[in-house]
Amino acid sequence: MQPNLRPITRETTDVSSAPGDSNADLHRHQESVPLPHGNRADVRKLSFWYGKTQALKEVNLPVVDRKVTALIGPSGCGKSTLLRCFNRMHDLYPGNRYDGEIRLYPEDENLVAIDPGLVRLRIGMVFQKPNPFPKSIYANVAAGLEVRGIKKRSVLDERVERALRHAALWDEVKDRLNGSAYGLSGGQQQRLCIARALAPEPEMILFDEPTSALDPLATAKIEDLVQQLAGEVTILIVTHNMQQASRISDFTAFMLMGEMVEYGNTDQVFTAPEDPRTDQYITGRFG
Amino acid sequence: MSEISSAESELIGGATRQFLRRRAFWNRFAAYWLLAAALVSVLVTVGIVYVLVTESLPFFNQVSLVDFLTDTQWTPMFENARYGVMTLVSATLTVAGIALAVAIPAGLALAIYLSEYARPAVRESVKPLLELLEGVPTVVYGFFALLFVTPLLQTFIPGLAGFNMLAPGLVMGIMILPYTASVSEDAMRAVPMGLREAGYALGYSRFRVATRVVIPAALSGITAAFILGMSRAVGETMVVAIAAGQNPNFTFNPTEGAATITAYIVQMAMGDLPHGSLAYQSVFAAGFVLFLITLTFNLIGFFLRRRFREAY
Repeated sequence: MQPNLRPITRETTDVSSAPGDSNADLHRHQESVPLPHGNRADVRKLSFWYGKTQALKEVNLPVVDRKVTALIGPSGCGKSTLLRCFNRMHDLYPGNRYDGEIRLYPEDENLVAIDPGLVRLRIGMVFQKPNPFPKSIYANVAAGLEVRGIKKRSVLDERVERALRHAALWDEVKDRLNGSAYGLSGGQQQRLCIARALAPEPEMILFDEPTSALDPLATAKIEDLVQQLAGEVTILIVTHNMQQASRISDFTAFMLMGEMVEYGNTDQVFTAPEDPRTDQYITGRFG
Repeated sequence: MSEISSAESELIGGATRQFLRRRAFWNRFAAYWLLAAALVSVLVTVGIVYVLVTESLPFFNQVSLVDFLTDTQWTPMFENARYGVMTLVSATLTVAGIALAVAIPAGLALAIYLSEYARPAVRESVKPLLELLEGVPTVVYGFFALLFVTPLLQTFIPGLAGFNMLAPGLVMGIMILPYTASVSEDAMRAVPMGLREAGYALGYSRFRVATRVVIPAALSGITAAFILGMSRAVGETMVVAIAAGQNPNFTFNPTEGAATITAYIVQMAMGDLPHGSLAYQSVFAAGFVLFLITLTFNLIGFFLRRRFREAY
């Protein structure tokens, strides 16, 4: 299946070791550093196996800096699998294997070959189901800051407020920051999770179908939010909902059975797809 | 289900109808039989409480409740008998406290290891081993405490009495460890994977996920595990009867020997006390106190467990 193209092969290590002197690395992604081709990341010939089952087949994908890239495709096409490669979530489960590269810029590192803990300090994630910790609203947002060595109360206060404002949640929760996160509605919980991901100011945020568990109103709020964030942080979003992809993304990638079928400007992919399979999918003929 | 309309019954042949009737009979029979079995255990419990209360009431007619709770002497066999139950309670709580001091850190560490670190194959082989440990007769633990742990401790604690509370406390901690570890591990494993992933996605290490995400989420279940372990330690008899001595002694000093409530009950039950005497009734009064202590712990544990089940 895989010929002799093997740049780097890695078994998942199953242990996310604590990063050592990673704090220095955290803020080296300054706005001024030029990114090649304006990309934050480049997926190159990435293959992935769950045990013996191949879920990604030599996938290529550019991720443009501070834009929204949407991954679409039918269930089981590998879009979530690809997303979870970006922060090495697969390493938590034994038996998974990566082959190929995801180049992360500006350092030009292969993020499937470096320490997963280091990767996760730089790339945040928002999950399908809102998963706040059973703690206070404040503690949830601060959760990612303490691990990065930010412990001063005044700095924490400021960063928590900024993240909550960013996530359009501040006005709703500012009077009950010490209340339980479980007292919030589903949509508010998801925005809290977005604030939690935003607080450490990551270079990229991964969204794994963030609105699939939410009602239409809450969905609209999250969509607005994603678009607002796009100017500041690189966003990769998996969505089941094609209208959502066309509304909020700048670039769209269409996947099918573990392969990348088509990638391009969202407008172009939705109005004039090059591949007949993309055309069939977006016009609703399958999937 | 068993109701069959007349229109339907005309469609059903005689054999089928007979089958349905027979099935309905056996269903009802099984239900009553199971109900009876369940009622036996309820009746036994009610009976125990009834006997404890009725037998200890005459005791409290002769010994005032204030003396019972404040006196620091427990000398039922003396000429001038005194009944200060706190003498026995102090030993009971001291031994149970030592047991918890062993079982909480070790049990938590074991539960974290099994739930967050161990590979499934390791977990599947360690858990039955723990259950095996639970099956060791307590009399074995008792002699282990008396004949192995006490002499061992005496080599570096010179003043340690032959009967002391430290050795049975430590051994009892090891005894309840499998139970507390196993219940805590169940609570930790019930924490949804999504919460762990959220922690890892923030850059947490495995240990940080365990201590900052999993333990707080499973806290009520873990607390319940230790409270139930506490109630087991309080009610445990053999280990303390063998290794802590039979001498009622109001002390919280673990190097001294002292009779616990359970040890006193065993001691009295083995002697020949005249039925109806005050000393005889004191056994029931002490038993009633023990019952109240364990009931309190069990109730707290029960409510905490229920809370943790509803948490997600």
